[in-house]
Amino acid sequence: MLRSHLDVELLKLLAAGMLLISFAMLSTRRTQQLITLFAWQGVVLFLSTSLVAHEARLTELYFSAGLTLILKVITLPLILHTLIKRLGAQWDNERLVNIPITMLVGLVLVIFAFGLAQPISQLATTITRHTIGIALAVILLSFLMMITRRKAVTQVIGFLAMENGLFFAATSATYGMPMVIELGIALDLLVAVFILGIFFFQIREQFDSLDLHHLESLREE
Amino acid sequence: MELWLVLGMPLVGTFVLAILGARRYAPEVNVGVSLATLLAASLLVVRIIRNGPLLVGHEQFSVDPFNVFLVALTAFVGLTTAIFSRPYMRIEEHHGRFTARRLRLYHSMYQLFMFAMFLALLTNNMGLVWVAMEAATLSTVLLVSLYRTKASLEAAWKYFILCGVGIAQALFGTILLYFAAERTLGRQGMTALLWTHLNAAKANLEPTVMGLAFVFLLVGYGTKVGLAPLHNWLPDAHAEGPTPVSAVLSGLLLNVALYAVIRCKALAVGSIGPLMPGRMLMAFGLLSAVLAAFFLWRQRDLKRLFGYSSIEHMGIITFAFGLGGPVANFAALLHMTVHSLTKSSIFFTAGHASQTAGTQQMDGIRGLVGTGPTIGWGLMLGSLAILGMPPFGVFASEFLILTTAMREHPWATPFLLVALGVAFAGIFVKVQPMAFGESDAPKLPHSPALVPVFVHLAIVLVLGLYIPPALAEWYRAAARLIG
Amino acid sequence: MRGIAFVWQFGEVILAIALAPLFSGWIAQCRAWMQNRTAPPLTQQYRMLRKLFNKDAALAEDASRLFRTAPYVLFGTMVLAAAIIPSVVTDLPFARAADAIALIGLFATARVFQALAAMDIGTAFGTLGARREMMVGFLAEPAILMVFFNAFLLFGSTALTSLVDNYATHPSLIDPSVVFAAIAFVMVLLAENARIPIDNPATHLELTMIHEAMVLEYSARHLALIEWASNLKLFNYACIGIALFIPWGIAIHGAAVGAVLIALVTLILKLALCGAALALIESVSAKLRIFRAPEFMAMAFLIAVLGLLVHLLLGANTGA
Repeated sequence: MLRSHLDVELLKLLAAGMLLISFAMLSTRRTQQLITLFAWQGVVLFLSTSLVAHEARLTELYFSAGLTLILKVITLPLILHTLIKRLGAQWDNERLVNIPITMLVGLVLVIFAFGLAQPISQLATTITRHTIGIALAVILLSFLMMITRRKAVTQVIGFLAMENGLFFAATSATYGMPMVIELGIALDLLVAVFILGIFFFQIREQFDSLDLHHLESLREE
Repeated sequence: MELWLVLGMPLVGTFVLAILGARRYAPEVNVGVSLATLLAASLLVVRIIRNGPLLVGHEQFSVDPFNVFLVALTAFVGLTTAIFSRPYMRIEEHHGRFTARRLRLYHSMYQLFMFAMFLALLTNNMGLVWVAMEAATLSTVLLVSLYRTKASLEAAWKYFILCGVGIAQALFGTILLYFAAERTLGRQGMTALLWTHLNAAKANLEPTVMGLAFVFLLVGYGTKVGLAPLHNWLPDAHAEGPTPVSAVLSGLLLNVALYAVIRCKALAVGSIGPLMPGRMLMAFGLLSAVLAAFFLWRQRDLKRLFGYSSIEHMGIITFAFGLGGPVANFAALLHMTVHSLTKSSIFFTAGHASQTAGTQQMDGIRGLVGTGPTIGWGLMLGSLAILGMPPFGVFASEFLILTTAMREHPWATPFLLVALGVAFAGIFVKVQPMAFGESDAPKLPHSPALVPVFVHLAIVLVLGLYIPPALAEWYRAAARLIG
Repeated sequence: MRGIAFVWQFGEVILAIALAPLFSGWIAQCRAWMQNRTAPPLTQQYRMLRKLFNKDAALAEDASRLFRTAPYVLFGTMVLAAAIIPSVVTDLPFARAADAIALIGLFATARVFQALAAMDIGTAFGTLGARREMMVGFLAEPAILMVFFNAFLLFGSTALTSLVDNYATHPSLIDPSVVFAAIAFVMVLLAENARIPIDNPATHLELTMIHEAMVLEYSARHLALIEWASNLKLFNYACIGIALFIPWGIAIHGAAVGAVLIALVTLILKLALCGAALALIESVSAKLRIFRAPEFMAMAFLIAVLGLLVHLLLGANTGA
């Protein structure tokens, strides 16, 4: 039982780490740092899934964790790094609103997410049920990041971070989805990033820049 | 057996066309694969008529009245669009809008998209529905940006991001659904995600969680249906992508996304009662219909106009599903069918019309009846059909929806009438000068394929006058299933 | 009230006053090691203080009373603060009169006086420093308050001494809200004590100064007192941090002399560690542009609030 108590404490710590990383992603200015943070988020996800697998004795989750490690910690950051190096998109200074306001809005979203997740937490039977609120908060924060940034690459990373949050929610609420679904989701993610990579080159070819306000000219005529 | 063929043919087609897609005979191969898929689908239909609903592949795939007619419709529209796309893409290539190499991408993605549609329709696993919907989005993103113009890149980006975010919400909804289901059905053997099992156990699903799940699923898949206020991607994607892509988006993707929503609605109704899901669907549907009708007036681009028309009609269908009950569901299913057929035929003619005139702006298109009578009359008739003129099928379904609404929710009728009226006026006013009037546009280098247009319109006409008993029975059985 | 408690009380104050310059010297030495330079000797700060005390004070002609009394006020508030922070023992009679919020009030008083004194002479750099200091302080206060609130929520009391009493008996270092509070506290410590990344204590460029700019006009014993006071401030902050986050070893209420001696030794060890850690942070970070300072503080505030929220979410339903 002592070991289980330690596990739960560690899980809470990892969940808090996820939240912190999400906020750091909101405030960083360098795209490379963003990708590193995304990789760290993947690491935290991997650790927490393995812990849950160990605690609940579900071998399926070990596979899930391994998939996360390969995909989100190694493959995706690698692809993204090469992408931004080839595209030259290392900086993202422009934002819709400045950093302190973004942080405050993020804080409000966190409170909202915690409130929203209360009924679900009460119904869940997993050992990680308290972290559902954090998972929802991570999702909302990634969404905020997508809305308030100007560069296309940052929006994509926000999207991927949202998927991370969703995965975390799945693990906290239900010990993960069935393997087939997870594989399907992983495949979708990989394909999405490939397509986006192709897309970025097309955008840069046309616009000579990855700044998103070039992509706002289609309006209601 | 037929089910594997229905799924397998498009998948095989994807790989074949990925290799051969740039050759001269690629469009014919495309048509051939679609034809084979249609044949398989017809065989499947025959089997269902004979034996009733069936479960295949360890219960992972299920065919019941609701999805079988959608499968047939998808296969049919897939074939006719492939037939249309043959000369259309040749003309586009002739006009120099893209190279032959891109056709490889186009053809293989087209078949991949069909595969994703069929997967979403036929699978019993709610998680796989999500995977398929995401795959459908991904396969069409590159298609929307096929022309590589600034506008098309922007449209594709919007499409990707908005639908991506939407589908992420749907994933959260699926997770919540799984969460609710797991408590009742347990974790073993993936039964917690199978719709047939969920349907049987829906009264036992936790109401709070199901309510939350339904909201996320509605917002998520609703983005792909084009429900306001999440419809922003739709007009752009329709306008900037190649016309066959607009046709399948309007005719097929919106339907399948709505199908996913309704599957979830059936579960939610069983768990939390018909009030909340019904009201939400009605609200979103009405909002979409009214908003789209008013936005219609400001459009100057031909395909954007009909993109908004799609939003309006999907809104009406969603409203009807929200009403619930046998008549409204029947009408909604009928409307899904006729809208799909009519809208794709409109896009066929619109595509050729803009090719003839050299522009997609409606101000630049005139006198279609003169330059290409089939195109002109096709567009005219199609617009009349979509506007709900009798005796076309759209009139029948809209009439049924209106009367049911008047009976059960009279407050909604003025909105519906306003939406229908405004859209009628809007489209009619714009289409008339395009069809008639003077023009000196040149003839098209390849003769357009307009047989599909008239076949579609003929079917819609027939359905307006007389619904074959087998089809009616299907609709009724599906309506019962939805509840 | 035990008589020996008063002995501990005064002992702690004298210890703080005596050790503060040594602590600053230790940090400077660690920094020098990490930056591969030779360090000034540990007693450098004492020498500087002695040198300054032996000098004649030179005051500007229009210096008011405020200017002359500000150093004493500063030193006094810092000593008072040292009196109520449990660095060695928790059995402090003075602590009964003041809890953590009063502590923040003491620091605020010091800051106000320092700023006013800086503006008193009317030079440009003094006002510059004063304005910047107030901006940083204004933003740092909510953050430090939140850190304290975190601690209060966890351990149920606003007096630092009872906090330490409670904590030392159930330590839970890996509680996430404690970790968040610790991170926020370190950020506030860096800001309030004019350390990199907010301010460079060794800078000679007036345009980048915050703290140094405010003391440009002072000399001799005034300057000595001010320098001593800022050393004390850093010492106090370090002791608050130790008391909040790593309090093991502090002699709790009713402990014997032996325990107090052990507490003293552990305090010195912890201070040494903290000093090294501070030096590491300073060596690794770069100084922020002054306009980025609000972001830094917003981050600190945020992390503290997050810790609070996380505690409410995760800690409140500890069932496992």
